[in-house]
Amino acid sequence: MNATTLPRARDAGLIGCHVCGMVCRAVSGDAVVACPRCGSTLHARKPASYARTWALLIAALLMYIPANVLPIMRTASLGDVDDNTILSGIVELWVKGSPGLAVIVFCASIMVPTLKFLALGTLLITSRRGSAWARRQRTQLYRAVELIGYWSMLDVFVVALLTALVRFGLFSLVEPLPGVVFFGLTVVLTMLASMCFDPRLIWDGQEDSDE
Amino acid sequence: MSDDKPGSVPEAGDELPSPVVRRRRAGAWVIWLVPILAAAVGISLVVSSWLQAGPEVTVSFESAQGLTAGKTAVKFKDVVIGKVNHIRLSEDRSHVLVKIALDKSARAFASAGTRYWVVRPRIGLGGISGVDTLFSGAYIGADTSDARTPEDEFKGLENPPAVTHGEPGKSFVLHAGDLGSLDIGSPVFFRRIQVGRVVSYKLDEDGKGVTFAVFVDAPNDRFVNADTRFWNASGVDVSLGANGLKLNTQSLATVLAGGVAFGDPGGPHDTTPVPDKSSYQLFGDKATAMAPPDGPPHYIRMRFEQSLRGLAVGAPVEFLGMNFGKVVSIRMDYDAKTRRFPVLVGAVVYPQRLGQAYTKLVALAKRHGDADLSYTIGQLVDHGLRAQARTGNLLTGQLYIALDFLPHPAKVAYDPSVTPVEIPTAPGSFDKLQQQMADIVDRLDKVPFDQIGQHLDQSLVGLNATLAQVNGKTLPGIDATLQDTRRTLGSADAALSSDSPLQQNLGQTLDELQRTMRSLRVLTDYLGVHPESLLRGRQADPKAAPPRPSSERSRP
Repeated sequence: MNATTLPRARDAGLIGCHVCGMVCRAVSGDAVVACPRCGSTLHARKPASYARTWALLIAALLMYIPANVLPIMRTASLGDVDDNTILSGIVELWVKGSPGLAVIVFCASIMVPTLKFLALGTLLITSRRGSAWARRQRTQLYRAVELIGYWSMLDVFVVALLTALVRFGLFSLVEPLPGVVFFGLTVVLTMLASMCFDPRLIWDGQEDSDE
Repeated sequence: MSDDKPGSVPEAGDELPSPVVRRRRAGAWVIWLVPILAAAVGISLVVSSWLQAGPEVTVSFESAQGLTAGKTAVKFKDVVIGKVNHIRLSEDRSHVLVKIALDKSARAFASAGTRYWVVRPRIGLGGISGVDTLFSGAYIGADTSDARTPEDEFKGLENPPAVTHGEPGKSFVLHAGDLGSLDIGSPVFFRRIQVGRVVSYKLDEDGKGVTFAVFVDAPNDRFVNADTRFWNASGVDVSLGANGLKLNTQSLATVLAGGVAFGDPGGPHDTTPVPDKSSYQLFGDKATAMAPPDGPPHYIRMRFEQSLRGLAVGAPVEFLGMNFGKVVSIRMDYDAKTRRFPVLVGAVVYPQRLGQAYTKLVALAKRHGDADLSYTIGQLVDHGLRAQARTGNLLTGQLYIALDFLPHPAKVAYDPSVTPVEIPTAPGSFDKLQQQMADIVDRLDKVPFDQIGQHLDQSLVGLNATLAQVNGKTLPGIDATLQDTRRTLGSADAALSSDSPLQQNLGQTLDELQRTMRSLRVLTDYLGVHPESLLRGRQADPKAAPPRPSSERSRP
């Protein structure tokens, strides 16, 4: 509560460098400025945070559709070729008696990306509207999204590992299918989106533009 | 700490450094290229899958064994042309409906006449197929047709079709009495080379036969012509009949799986190939197939008085040694007059098998105005035509019917108006032999072996008594006689021995006699010289007579 009333760097006309931590005087206008010490770009807020996050999030969502529809992995053993999508793989794991694994894969591949979409969408919308609702929790949510983002790569790693390891020719063979590429893209794009989002926007009480 | 970047000198105290101004960055809109690109990729995926999607067809199968929705492939010539999308039961739960999504390129498979079947591993006597499906699971095979009418409902075949569409060759229709050991896929042989296979078979509408469809591959289909005969070359054809044991095989494969063979009969015939779907009869074996056509059958009946043990339905009827027909029925009859059970044997004969003889007989009969040959047969019967049940095989006792002319048959009344034609019968040669044997046995039976035995026994008893007498009385007497005889002989022996007095006396007597004879000779000699001495007496002896002792001595 108190924190919101404290003066901000922006109000004081200052910009901190994200890399070396040097504080500079803010420059008016939309010129691109760099840190005089380390040369990294300076900005009061991440540039075009809303637009970038939205764009990347939408792209990730688009990629998430083929990632789920297309099969991600082909297992062939003795001529018995089996193509699995993410969901069918989970179902198969569950049915074939590995419910634990099924839950893990479900969390990593379905739940986490979906939650990420929801969380980022919520953050974007609420921040844009300058909502004062649960700012602290939203920040925590953002940190959580950042933290678990890369766990979604689990599936991609599994496919990559299996493809490399299971190569017994006729007897057993695992091949990656296009779905895994889309899934990987989804994960990368959501991570980029969450990187593009500036959590400080949550705390920008008043209506302000994104730069 | 502090950096010395050109143009940006940090100032001490409250003076904060000013950042370096760079050139403008690219507009924020560039980032929107990412979702646009993503959307483009997504749309391209959708479009390509929509473009690739072909028609969807529904095939009904008896069971969905081995089929998996979303996985089972549909293949034509081992190329995947679609995939099973969905499997569900039909409304009445009698079969399963398999929804197949065909590829765009396989549009032609959604037209009428396309056949679908499930390829599963099949192990039959004719071979093994679908081994790859042992591991990969079943897939659905498809076969095109020429039809262009679109259709999306199909009835799946339970067995792979034996002939795929467009295969060069011809199919033929065969009619047979039964299936034999044939099956779909059984080979068709021409000169023991496999040239085709059995495609299908089904019972005739009336249930009185089986109709086969066989397919003969090009170019060998040209060997099938109007005169071609087809016969069942199945397995080991073992027949035990009056002709003995017969064993026939075509090839080792047909021994197990059966097969059909065809060939041309000998002699000149039409060799122009016949059109597709021509109809033929499938004969039971090669001999029947190659035999000249039988012509219409005729029914004859025979009435046998003796037992016909060993005569079976199907036994041959021979006319002068030619196979003429076969027995079709054997029935008992009762003759109230004689109180006997004659056997009625019905037979089907094929007079055309007699060839020229038959033609001539028919011509003769026509000249006599005898349409149904009954009069001619009557004449033949008058000439001694009789039916006999003869033993065809002594080992098995099988009988066959022989129509033969007997040298001196008993006269029988023949009624030409009776239908069917009844051929009079005569006991067979073997029957005669049996009868004679029975006669001999009968006569032997009449010999009073009992009495003879009794008499013999009595005689033996008498003989025994006689012998006892001989032993007890006669033999001791003979013994005594023999002793006497021996004694007599002993004394005779003693009397005749060289030193016995009798012998010596005899010697002396003989000496005396010799001397007497000598003096008698001297006397006769003297008298011969001096006959006068008989009157005058002996004269003085001037000189002594010449001594001749040696010559005298030599005389016995």
